[in-house]
Order: sequence, then C-alpha cells, then structure tokens
Amino acid sequence: MNPIETLDSPGYDIPPEMRGQVNITTIDRIYNWSRKNSLWPMMFGLACCAIEMICTAASRYDFSRFGMEVMRPSPRQADVMIVSGTVTKKMVPQIVRLYNQMPEPKYVVAMGACASGGGPFKEGYNVVSGIDKFLPVDVYIPGCPPTPQALLHGLMTLQKKVEKESIKTSRWYSRRPVPPIPVPVLGPDLMSPAKFEEIREYTRKLAEEQAQGVEGDQSTQDAGQGGAA
Amino acid sequence: MNGMGVLKGLAVTFRHFIDTYLEDFKAGKKRYFTEEGIRQRASIEAKGIFSIQYPEEKLPVPEEFRYIPFLVYDEGENGERALRCTSCGICAKVCPPQCIWIVRTNDPVTGKPVPAPAEFYIDVDICMNCGYCAEYCPFDAIKMDHNYEIASYDRFKEHIFDLNKLSKPASYYAKIRPANFARETAEREAKAAKKAAP
Amino acid sequence: MTDHESTLTTRHGDLLPDWVVADSRPGYEGVIVPVSRLIEFAFLLRDKLGYDLLSSVTGVDYLPDGKMEVVYHALQTIGGAPFVFKVQVPREDPIVPSVVPVWPGADFQEREAWDLLGIRFEGHPDLRRILMWEGFEGHPLRKDWKEPYYEEDAKPYKSRWPEGHVRRAEDVAPLHDNVQYPPGFDPESWTPDGDEALYRGLRKYLEDSGSELKTDRLIVNLGPQHPSTHGVFRMVVVLDGETIVDLKPVFGYLHRNHEKIGERCTWIQNMPFTDRLDYISSMSNNFGYALAVEKLMGIKPPERAEYIRVMMAELTRIVSHLVAVGFLLNDLGAFFTPVLYALEERELILDIFEAVSGSRMMCNYFRFGGVARDLPEGVLERVRDLVENRLPRKIDEIDRYLTKNEIVRTRCEGVGVLTAERAIALSATGPVLRASGVPYDLRRADPYSIYDRFEFDVAVRYHGDIYDRYLIRLDEIRQSIRILKQVLRDIPEGPVISGKPQWQVRVPTGESYGRVEGPKGELGFYVVSNGKPNPWRYHVRAPSFINLHTLAEMARGGKVADVVVILGSIDIVLGEVDR
Repeated sequence: MNPIETLDSPGYDIPPEMRGQVNITTIDRIYNWSRKNSLWPMMFGLACCAIEMICTAASRYDFSRFGMEVMRPSPRQADVMIVSGTVTKKMVPQIVRLYNQMPEPKYVVAMGACASGGGPFKEGYNVVSGIDKFLPVDVYIPGCPPTPQALLHGLMTLQKKVEKESIKTSRWYSRRPVPPIPVPVLGPDLMSPAKFEEIREYTRKLAEEQAQGVEGDQSTQDAGQGGAA
Repeated sequence: MNGMGVLKGLAVTFRHFIDTYLEDFKAGKKRYFTEEGIRQRASIEAKGIFSIQYPEEKLPVPEEFRYIPFLVYDEGENGERALRCTSCGICAKVCPPQCIWIVRTNDPVTGKPVPAPAEFYIDVDICMNCGYCAEYCPFDAIKMDHNYEIASYDRFKEHIFDLNKLSKPASYYAKIRPANFARETAEREAKAAKKAAP
Repeated sequence: MTDHESTLTTRHGDLLPDWVVADSRPGYEGVIVPVSRLIEFAFLLRDKLGYDLLSSVTGVDYLPDGKMEVVYHALQTIGGAPFVFKVQVPREDPIVPSVVPVWPGADFQEREAWDLLGIRFEGHPDLRRILMWEGFEGHPLRKDWKEPYYEEDAKPYKSRWPEGHVRRAEDVAPLHDNVQYPPGFDPESWTPDGDEALYRGLRKYLEDSGSELKTDRLIVNLGPQHPSTHGVFRMVVVLDGETIVDLKPVFGYLHRNHEKIGERCTWIQNMPFTDRLDYISSMSNNFGYALAVEKLMGIKPPERAEYIRVMMAELTRIVSHLVAVGFLLNDLGAFFTPVLYALEERELILDIFEAVSGSRMMCNYFRFGGVARDLPEGVLERVRDLVENRLPRKIDEIDRYLTKNEIVRTRCEGVGVLTAERAIALSATGPVLRASGVPYDLRRADPYSIYDRFEFDVAVRYHGDIYDRYLIRLDEIRQSIRILKQVLRDIPEGPVISGKPQWQVRVPTGESYGRVEGPKGELGFYVVSNGKPNPWRYHVRAPSFINLHTLAEMARGGKVADVVVILGSIDIVLGEVDR
C-alpha cells in the first residue's frame, strides 16, 4: 500500500489542484506511522524460537524490510521485546528487569507456544506458564516454533496495533507514570512480590493441615517434602 | 602479503552484491512477485538476492508442512457436516504434551458411547506441532494445517481451539495435501471394496 | 553368563578385580562396584585398562528398592564400546565419593546429579546446584518429588479422554500458577541466595593479585542476556585488567525439565521432545534416542531407513557446523555477513527437512524401527543437486572468504589452546576433542547404524586453538558431503519402517545407552525401562554441556574479548546445555 494513503486523513477537503502535493493527517496517524515502521526489536533469544527469529532477520525473510533490522542487545535502545522461547523461573527475574529498562512506548511479542502459555514444557517445574504472568503481552504467535513467516505475520499484527493507538489514550503518556513491574524473587520456588500475601496464606494453611495430619490435596501435600536434603 | 586475505574475502561479498543485479537483468520483471520468481529464488540455483518479500510474496510450504491440527469433515449433498472423528481418543493419548481434550458423546437414551465427539479442544499454547495426532489417527480425521497466520491479541479468548474452530472441510484438506488425500482416499475405497466383495 | 559379561572378561581378562560383580539384573550390563572402593576402581580403569575419557555420569532413583544408583560410562579414546560401571547407595542421604580427581570431566555431571537427585559427591571441589538455583526446595528428579502441575505419574492422563473437559493447568493449581512452597514458609523472611556460594568460590582470587603493582581484581558477569552467549548462558569472570584469572559458567537459565517430563511421557512421546534439545540439529537427537530404544527393543530398521537416517544426520551436521562457523565469526565481530551466507545454505537444507518431515527445525522424523515416512517425490533429486553442485562450491566460498583473512587468523591462531591430554581429561568430545589432535569419532570408533560402510576420514587438527576448531568444522562438512554422495549412490528402495507403525510400543525391561556422533560431540541417551509404557529413567548425555568443562581451561590467562570467541568455538546450544 502506498504509505501516503495510509496517512491521508479523510474528512478534510483538499482542493483538487493541490491533491498530490498536500496531505492532511492527524498527529496520531503520522506519529503511529513513523513508529510502526521503525520498531526496533531487542536482540534477545531464549530458546528454539530464537533461531527462527535469527532466520527472520537473515537473508531469506529479512525483516529490515519492516524497519526492524536494528536489533539492539541493550534494552535501552529497543522498542519490542520478542520473547522467543521457553521462559524459565530462573530467567524470569532477568526478563522482567530487561522489560523495566526498556524505554516507553514498549511492546512485548510472545513468540511461540512456550512464551504464550508454557508450551510443551508447561508441566515442567522450572517453566513459567506464559510470559503474560509477568509482562503485558501485545501479540501472541502460536506455533512451536512459529516459522519465520508466522513471526513476520505476528510483527505485522503488532504494527496494526501500533497504528490504532492514540496519544490521548495510550498509557505511556498518562499523567501518572507507569510503575515498573516488581522483579520476582527466587525462593524455594518463584515468588512474585505482588503475591506474597497469597503465598503466606497458602503456606499457613498447608502447615495447619500438616499439623492436624489431614490428608489434603495430594498434589500440593507431597510437593515440598520430596527430597529435602 | 598482509591484507590479501581481507581483500579476497571482500571480493566474495562484492560478488554476492553484483550477482543480484546480474540475475535481475537476466530474469527481467518476472523475478519478483511472481510464482516463478519465488520458486527460482528459493531454489538451489538461487544466486544474489535470496529474500522472499513476505507478505507480498509467500514462500510456498511443502505438502508435509505441519502447524496446528484441524479436524476433517466430509460435506454431504445438502451441505451437512459429517465429522470423521469417532472420538476414539488415540490422538489425545499419543499427544506428547497432552494438549487435546475430547468429550465423548453418549447416547441420551442408552447411555452408551456414540462414535462422535461432543466436545473437542486443542490448547494451541501447549501444542508442539509434532504431528503425532495426524500420524496415528486411524480414521484420517485429524490432520495438520498449513495456515500459520494466526497471531492474536488475546490468548485467553482465542488460543483454546474448539470443535467449531477446528473443523475444516475435506475439500480444504484435499487442497493443502493433494498427494496424501489421494492416497488415503484410494486406500479407504480399496478397503470398502474388499469389504463389499465377499 | 550373558553376552556382555563374556565380552567383558575376554576383553579385560583377569584385570578386573574380584570385588566387582557383574550386573546380573536382566537387560542390564556392566559391573557394580562397592562404594568404598570406587576411587580405587576408577584409577584402575583409567590407568590400567585405558578408559581415559569419562563420558557420562548420572543417577537413577530406584524408589521401590530404596536404592540410588550412580551409573558411569567410561570409554577409551582408541575406540570401542563404553564400559559401564555402577555404585549403589541407600536412597536416604546418598553419599558417593567424587571421581573428579580421576576424571575432571565428571565435575558438572556430578553437580547435576546432586542438583536433580540429591546424591552428595564427597570430595567434589565445588558441589553446588547447577541447573536450579541455590535455595530451591527439593531434588526434582527423585521419584517421590512432584511438580506443582503434577497430574499423574505417567501419560496419557485420564482427564483428557473420554471426559476431557478442557481447563488450563493454572486454573486447577492452588496458587493459580506453576509454583509450590513448603508448609509454613514466609516469603517476607526469605533472603535470596544471590549466588553467594558462587562468588565465595571466586573471592580467593580477589585477595592477592601477586603482582608488584597494586591492582584490583574484578568480578564481571557476562550474561544471561548477552548477545555473544548464544542464548541464556552466563559466565562469571574474574579479571585482572583485561586478563582472565578464572571463569565459572552458570547454567540453568533454559532448564526445561527435559528429563522429568521424559519420565512422565511414553516412549514414543519423547521423540518430539528430543528435537528441542539441540534445536539446531534435531535429526541427530532423534537418531540417538531411536538407537537407544531400538537397542532395548531389539529391532533393526530396514535398509532404506538406515540410509535415510544417515542422510538426515549428515545434512544436520552440515547445518550445525554452518551455523557454528557463522556465529563464530559473529563473535569475532564480523557482524552478520558470514552468518547470512551460512544461513542461506542452511535454509536450503531446511527446505529439504521441511519437505521430508514437515517442520524446519523440529523434525520429529525418526521412529523406533525406521523413519516416519518415505522421502516425498523429488527430494532425493534436490539433495543430490545440493550435495553435488551447490554445497561444495559454497563451502569453498566460505573458505575463501574467511580462512585466510588476516583478522580472523590473528584473533584465532594460538588463542584458547586446549591440549589433547586436557581435552580427554575434561571429557570433551566432538570437534573440540578432534581439533586438539585426538581422532576420536564415534562413527569410526564405535560404528553405529551403517557408518561402517562409508568411506570418510575422521577430521583431525592438532593445534587445539580456535582457528583449528574453526577449520575442523569445514573439514567435517566436506567429509559429510563425501558420505552423502555415497548415500545417494547406494540408497536402496524398500520399506522405511520395520513392522507396522505403532503408537504404543512395548519396551522390555533393561537399560540401554544409545550414542551417536552428533555435530557437537557424543550425544548419548541413557534409558532404563521397567516394562511399563514410559521410561523409568531417561537421561541425556549432552555434548555441549560437557564440552563446557573446557571453557575455563581455555579462557584462563586470555583476554576478556577472547572468551566470547572461545565460547563460540565450542559451539554450544543452550537447549542442550540446560535441557
């Protein structure tokens, strides 16, 4: 599509003699148009999907055609975080920290089944069931792994989302700054600081049950005791 | 001599650069945005530029390509849908990450199982696209789709595929996997003929 | 007397002491060594019998017998089958002497057994958790340890059919997440470990630098998010100026519980999971697992399947080495152009994989007793075209492009040297070992499948530096092309799987160790069956994980900029390192 057409804002009459020379648009449109064509992804790979992401950046699929070729290893220079692969509990504090370091506006793409919802490894004890437990995800791309073309489709879906945003309503420009996401802590298991109260309630109940010798839910009872050394 | 290695290397990159234009010149307009052009650039003879310009150009996927599974239904004369699935549960049992959920239909009168699924779900956030369900289905009822353009904004609403979203006509299956479809149809017909013969 | 026992005695005569006993359980092999004499036996095996490389160490939890077993596979670098020996200890508080003084290459594997199974190795220099973090509750691979999303001991789960009312696992779990905590635990009072144990081990270097100039030593973390670490790998480096004093790798950022999941899955369900180990060379992983299980089942694939398998494995090797070379150059600072050229060839090979198996990376193509389906029409011609015409030309082009480049040579020659003795001691395999002058290639040393039929040379280089590790990959690509040409010449017609394809396989009781020469090194699968539909133990001997022993050795005394290149020259894939 001709970029000018996407920019052109209907509703304003341009005299016929000036068509093609003058365009009337809204701030939102021109701002989003420039943003969506220079989304810089962060150079950050987690697992198998990262290889497909590299392939997308390489010769055959070449996402520099979308203005995305500048993959930055530093979060401070990136707009999009492509969470490409299985998010493990050991890694999630770092991912949250990276997200907090990204400048706004920032987007998260969950690439593949693992990043969306845990994927085939969901049942694993060290796997987070989807990065959206911690970060706000904008686009989910199913597939294991999504092929490069599927990733490109996902990135185009993100571009469409960017296009529809408005400066007025976007959370980046609200008067109150968006607070950083609390970094999860590695305890006996992964702990999200927002859930401390819930965790305490749960472990208290467990302890009570244990004291009474009540056989509660098998799956939770046996959990912690396994192979305590 | 020092520096010759670097220069020779640069000659290689320069060659790649030149090749693109030479090939463009040779092939003319049909090099881009045509089926022939895509095939040529994706082939072993490819020289110079290697990019396929998705979304305007799409790299064709081979017949065996697998993404998310779907359920095949045969269309009757009046457009009614007859799902091939008999809810035997083999796909749910063989699925490595256990992402298939099937509720079997029970006859409301007798309470005995009826060979049709009442509900059928696939959690695509768990599915690993391994293709076992399609491989081991004895009724050719579940097959792997070619459609990979399914990115979404909300996984909670959209990523558990239900019976409605999974069902696709046999004609679609025949379109994406012609060779497999022909082979399976022939096998089924041969079996039916064998059954009818004695 | 079993077959294996007889081969043991004929091979080693009276050299085996009388206090070791042959493992007499049906389907098992090797010998059982008393715990008290393990070290003595290890020295004997290494020094008298020539088993100089300890390939694999792992534990098995025999819950019903109340025993914990540690299984060792040692091999001779002159070739031949591995020697299996085991020690048995009680399950409660198992303590085994560490064999690190005998084979330093046992280091990470013993740490892994401690982390996942809770086996304490006495005398281990640095026994910390390796894949999970310090402070994690429990040892997950113990059979009585259950994960938060635990449903049943084995798949298929009953909740899926016939009353499979869909639900997400987090909707059922008590905390609506994949977490669990010990009773009475208070999160407020928890102080995270913060890698205290790790830094404690490095602090000794900070105190005295030994030089006349007063300099400070620094501890620097590289990773887990760093563009040069090939994924989520972390190195903790002690620096004296720019010189590396010591280095410790930190693992586990991609630990996906492969083995725990593998023990829940049925035998065939594990096949697609192996794809995701070394995700660049999925076909090789399939190969290793298929061999291990076929050995237990006692079946052999038909001829055509064998040829297809070798063809796929060699194509995979080319893919993997191309990627390795490309990213090595990336690490050197030749940013992206060599990768682009390497990935072009990779794409063409992936097209073949996609046509054959349906997926570019996660092929899931091998089955027990053959392969999933025959080659589609036209694939053989395409492979022929690629192998005869394009690949040799392109490899020469990469050679011309990079090998003589002065910058590459200055950065690589004589940097990160690994001697043959140290490579063997540290259990390195694959290109890392062969670049140090040890011509050990499983395809020749202990031929599997039909590799004994092909003519090829074991690529070997003698300097053990980064440059040789780069060159040896080009050599191996050329040898693979040579094998492929023979495969294409000889491939017969016929069936591609023995028997009917089955979704439930019966695997007799016993243990088996299937190993292949993967692109990264010796890839081994140790499986134990108790006759049930799912494996009792499923362990992966991951080459890139064990090759990482050599990283600190090579980096010490070098410059910090070289670490990145040294890591690139080992060629790791994190999916396999952390599993």
